[in-house]
Amino acid sequence: MPALSPTPHPKERRIIFGNLTKPGYAPDLDTYLAHGGYESLRKALAMKPGEIVDLVKASNLRGRGGAGFPCGAKWGFIKYDDGKDHYLVVNGDESEPGTFKDRYILHQDPHQLIEGVMIACFALNIKLAYIYIRCEFPQAAKIVWNAIQEARAKGFVGKNILGTGFDCDVYVHQGAAAYICGEETSMLESLEGKRPYPRIKPPYFPAVLGLYMKPTVVNNVETICHIGHILRLGPEEYTKMGTAGDGGTRTLGVSGDVMRPGAYELPAGAVTLGELIYDICGGLRPGRKLKAVIPGGSSAKVLRGDEKIKLKEKQPDGSMADREVAITDLRMDAATLAAAGTMIGSGGVIVMDDSRNMVQALNNLNQFYAHESCGQCTPCREGSLWMAKMTTRMLSGDGVVNDPAVLKNVADNIAGRTVCAFGEACSWPTQSFVLKFPEEFEEVARGKIPAAAV
Amino acid sequence: MMTEVNPPQALQAEKLPAALIAEMEEAITHYPVSKRSASLPLLHLWQNHFGYIDDSGVQWIAAKLELTPINVLELVTFYPWFRQQAPGKTIIRVCRTLSCALAGSQAVHDSLCRAAKIDPEAAKHSHGGLPTSPDGEYSIEFVECLASCGTAPVCLVNDELHENVTPESAPDLLKSATPNPQSAI
Repeated sequence: MPALSPTPHPKERRIIFGNLTKPGYAPDLDTYLAHGGYESLRKALAMKPGEIVDLVKASNLRGRGGAGFPCGAKWGFIKYDDGKDHYLVVNGDESEPGTFKDRYILHQDPHQLIEGVMIACFALNIKLAYIYIRCEFPQAAKIVWNAIQEARAKGFVGKNILGTGFDCDVYVHQGAAAYICGEETSMLESLEGKRPYPRIKPPYFPAVLGLYMKPTVVNNVETICHIGHILRLGPEEYTKMGTAGDGGTRTLGVSGDVMRPGAYELPAGAVTLGELIYDICGGLRPGRKLKAVIPGGSSAKVLRGDEKIKLKEKQPDGSMADREVAITDLRMDAATLAAAGTMIGSGGVIVMDDSRNMVQALNNLNQFYAHESCGQCTPCREGSLWMAKMTTRMLSGDGVVNDPAVLKNVADNIAGRTVCAFGEACSWPTQSFVLKFPEEFEEVARGKIPAAAV
Repeated sequence: MMTEVNPPQALQAEKLPAALIAEMEEAITHYPVSKRSASLPLLHLWQNHFGYIDDSGVQWIAAKLELTPINVLELVTFYPWFRQQAPGKTIIRVCRTLSCALAGSQAVHDSLCRAAKIDPEAAKHSHGGLPTSPDGEYSIEFVECLASCGTAPVCLVNDELHENVTPESAPDLLKSATPNPQSAI
């Protein structure tokens, strides 16, 4: 079963995945041009750079890599003519467990990305860009590099782009299997050929000091692809697809215990979590109940299947009132999931049914974070390993009753005490699993070992 | 009389083909601002050719990029992708992380290890060097998320992604594998 169905679900609105699932669509330049490719770049080159930045601001595009920072604001930090070299780094590290959207863009529609890169570079006075691709996508690196060569041969990349006098080069840089390189300042260190230890903040944005200590924009692959569509559709039509603070479509990758796992593209906030699971993804396996959902990549806090979430909602008279909703009633947009105490993050939705043991699920994630901590900050280096050792010990039958409390305590002492957001990323799963499934952690701590293996 | 236990291995840097040097020099041109940025691409090219990176490789790359060897060695030891020991001819990476685990990657890993005659338990605790079959054909390792969660469980066989692998279909991956090294661009 392909993860990306050739026929979109009626609720889908595919712009990012719009072409790549069409029959006969190939990653070469001719196919892209036959589908209207590089028209947005032509449009952009006829505009003033500042106008493009204003369009992106007006589109309410939020970053699709995980943090969800408004893209226009990020671009706004770059001063067009400050006399410095500027750089663009495209984050194609896609390594947040549960996330698998950029894979399809990189493998099947590389020119969509390159067009976005060139528009961004023109808008921000950038002459050199790198597309950082994780080395676990060896074929993607080749496909994107071939596409760059094709685009260069036809004048979309390189010197004097489309005869406008604008020069810009773009290269592919492969990672080497380290999750931490998805953190933007780690990625810059990696690109500089150093050990990829995230940089100390402030400055908070690479727009101040980025690659080679010059103003740099780091954007996710999907985010950059949206730029071409914003120019094509115009900000009014583009924002209409989303919610007030979250414009456009969002790609969501659903995995775990659903009948039709896969990648889907939906207008931001157009469906609820319940519609996503039961309608679009075909529901759970027969006879199973929803136990837990991680809604935005493995670092997002877990939601319990039967919990009720209090959402603050604006009433017709302008006052605010609480409304209690089931997690299946949560809209899949940035603001709603933030209000529910978690995040839409990178759009990686991991669904677990009642056959799963939550200590085992957390242990799997704890092993991931212990393996991927870069080791720069003591709380994270020691804490992530400590949490992994604890959940492993609990599952081997050597738990003690205060294990859940100690787990929480360790996690509480990592978050907020590290150079980068990995500290939060590795503590949020432990904090939320222990908080939301206390009875299960207590059972395992008391020696009741689950039979089912995750 | 002394018996020779391990015959000395020829240094990789002494067997460097001109084509590889040309590829590395081309890669350096992608980084007009700083040659040091080419360390990762050069390490990839080196490992793709030789299968792993020995001390002479670290020293050669450092000299080429006008760095001290520790600047390069600290990358080899940091990044999980780089190796300092020879792997099997075919490398199979089984995704271990949550979505694949939920879909049965543990059973896939065990099945692969049995088919390649690698002890699955030993394979989980290998340090330095990949768990490799006795005939040197296959290395099998558990890796973190391969970003194909919608078609879990998945395996990367050299450069090729295999989706929806089952314990029953896994041994076929050994037969179908073409023993090409990973190749960088």
